[in-house]
Amino acid sequence: MDSVFFIIFRRMRQPLLTLVVTYAIAILGLTLIPGQDADGNTWHMSFFHAFYFVSYMATTIGFGEIPYEFTDGQRMWVTFSVYATVVGWIYAIGTLISLIQNKTFQQAMTEKRFARKIRSLSEPFYLVCGYGLTGSELVRSLIEHKQHAVVIDIDQHRINDLELDALIEAVPGLCADAQPPLHLIQAGLQHELCSGIVAVTNSNEANLKIAITSKMLNPGLQVICRADSKDIEANMASFGTDYIIDPYDTFGARLTTALQAPCMYLLHQWLTGMADEALNEPVYPPLEGRWVICGYGRFGKAIYNRLQKEGITIVVVEMTPEITGKPETAFVQGRGTEAATLIEAGIHSAAGLVAGTDDDANNLSIIATAKEINPELFTIARKNHNDNEALFDALSCNMVMTPSSIIANKIRALLVVPMLYEFLGMAYYKDDDWACELVSRISGAISEVVPDIWEVTIDQTDAYAVMQMIERGHQITLADIQRDRYVPEKQLNAVALLYKGKEGKVMLPSDERVLEEGDRLLFCGQMGIHHSMEWNLQNVNVLEFLLTGNIATQSKLLKYLLK
Amino acid sequence: MNPEKVIFGFFIILAATLNFGFYVGDISNPDHHPVYELFFVVVVNLIATILKFGDRTQMGALLLATSLVALLQLFAASLMWGYVVYISETGMTAAAMASIVSLSGGALMANIISVVLLVIETVMLRR
Repeated sequence: MDSVFFIIFRRMRQPLLTLVVTYAIAILGLTLIPGQDADGNTWHMSFFHAFYFVSYMATTIGFGEIPYEFTDGQRMWVTFSVYATVVGWIYAIGTLISLIQNKTFQQAMTEKRFARKIRSLSEPFYLVCGYGLTGSELVRSLIEHKQHAVVIDIDQHRINDLELDALIEAVPGLCADAQPPLHLIQAGLQHELCSGIVAVTNSNEANLKIAITSKMLNPGLQVICRADSKDIEANMASFGTDYIIDPYDTFGARLTTALQAPCMYLLHQWLTGMADEALNEPVYPPLEGRWVICGYGRFGKAIYNRLQKEGITIVVVEMTPEITGKPETAFVQGRGTEAATLIEAGIHSAAGLVAGTDDDANNLSIIATAKEINPELFTIARKNHNDNEALFDALSCNMVMTPSSIIANKIRALLVVPMLYEFLGMAYYKDDDWACELVSRISGAISEVVPDIWEVTIDQTDAYAVMQMIERGHQITLADIQRDRYVPEKQLNAVALLYKGKEGKVMLPSDERVLEEGDRLLFCGQMGIHHSMEWNLQNVNVLEFLLTGNIATQSKLLKYLLK
Repeated sequence: MNPEKVIFGFFIILAATLNFGFYVGDISNPDHHPVYELFFVVVVNLIATILKFGDRTQMGALLLATSLVALLQLFAASLMWGYVVYISETGMTAAAMASIVSLSGGALMANIISVVLLVIETVMLRR
């Protein structure tokens, strides 16, 4: 048991003793002092009556003198007892209540309740450390995809947010530092149903510590970490962290994709976007011409390396080269917010501009100044704080790099729909024409927001109706489960992206593919289509109607009557 | 000398001796078992129990357990007394007295265990 409980109990001694002693004296006095009954006989109060009387006297409830009117001797004793017991009562109760409200005690109680909640979890869950922008986005997607999560955050406000966020399912949250192993264990690190841990706190050291703790205490666990620096990344990798996500590197890789294969980039953005996010317009970063990179920090370097590999001419603008280091190529010292520096870097004839300092105000200023000089520029902005979203929107940059959403999108693809991660991995080996065709197919199926992504497994729980019809000897194709149950000739607005079955993985499976038990499918489509598809998968009547055109009679009585 | 230990030992032993005082005598004779003694037994036992709060040693836990047992028995005895005298219309009978005294006898057992534990703990302290 926590030591705080013992301390609380120990501190309860004094008030409780006071209470017992004052009561005992008052009761004893009442039983000893003689009274008179209604007929004038001498009478001694019994312990039962005395205890009853003192109980309501001490709490100042005061029902009066019972069972007979008191004598003056008794009244004198009661006068004394009233002051003694009332003061004793108020002191004792006041102290006890303040002890129960003690912060440490409350925290210990909360942790105990939380630990009990975690122990009773009966379905696999992910442990998410850090409920900031990334964490909350991730938890929401997990819950929406019928998975479970447990949250730890050091800030009580964020845990309050977790309680207030209208999630479909209650997510247990603990306000504690995730670095001490104790808190991670309380949150279920060693729980047999814990399927992975995600460290997305805003501190590199904390993420590192969480990764180490997890790998030490539960080596089989999937560990996903956010890391902002190369040192930390190498450190994390050294003890087998499964996925390390560096927002700057990830963005650099995306930029390369956008440079080489714009459709592939678009496909990636659409499929990994947050629910209800507006569809991105395609971007065409220029491969020809000079690029100006303002800020040669972690982000600037990541972009620099990627652009250099593409053989692009680069000019770097940096205020403090003694800290960040100097690139091998052209270099201008300055902040980039003033026109002179930008002109020196050749902004007039540049094709692209990257505003990559760690200060949002500077980044905004760089883009605004540069666009005044050269409105044709392709601009990439680094957004450090989500609060500034409206400002970046107003500037209408071509690409905006937001660390939190980059991480959230990547982890979501990993955890929520693992098949999507496989699909994207395979898609990188295809050429851009393939991606362009797929993008136009998907855009035909969806409206203004990013597509919904879902997985289907052909088994008893996910596709009961399909299993039933297969048992009855029907052959069910991919086209069958994608039909509209109201208009069977029509297909639902969904695209089958990936098929995994006995024949291995097939990208964009054809409509004629026959489904078997154990097959897994990845779909994307308009929001709500998933729900329509569930009818075809789960309801035998609907599926039978789609396959045969008959509406089966289910009721025994009707079957008998129609015989 | 630790004054806390003196008070602690005093109340534990007093609880046992008072309990014994109430218990001795003809089991079914109400004249041998005054109600004042029972009152003091209950009060002193309550104090002894509260004094044992918040000790995290194994011995402390066991001492608290014995005290709780004694209190339970004594509360049962007091409630029985109250019921027999005021609620049932029979008044104090020999049978009721016998069961009250035997309940307090149970409490006495628990109190003796408390004292024995206290002695063991003291013996184990080698200075």
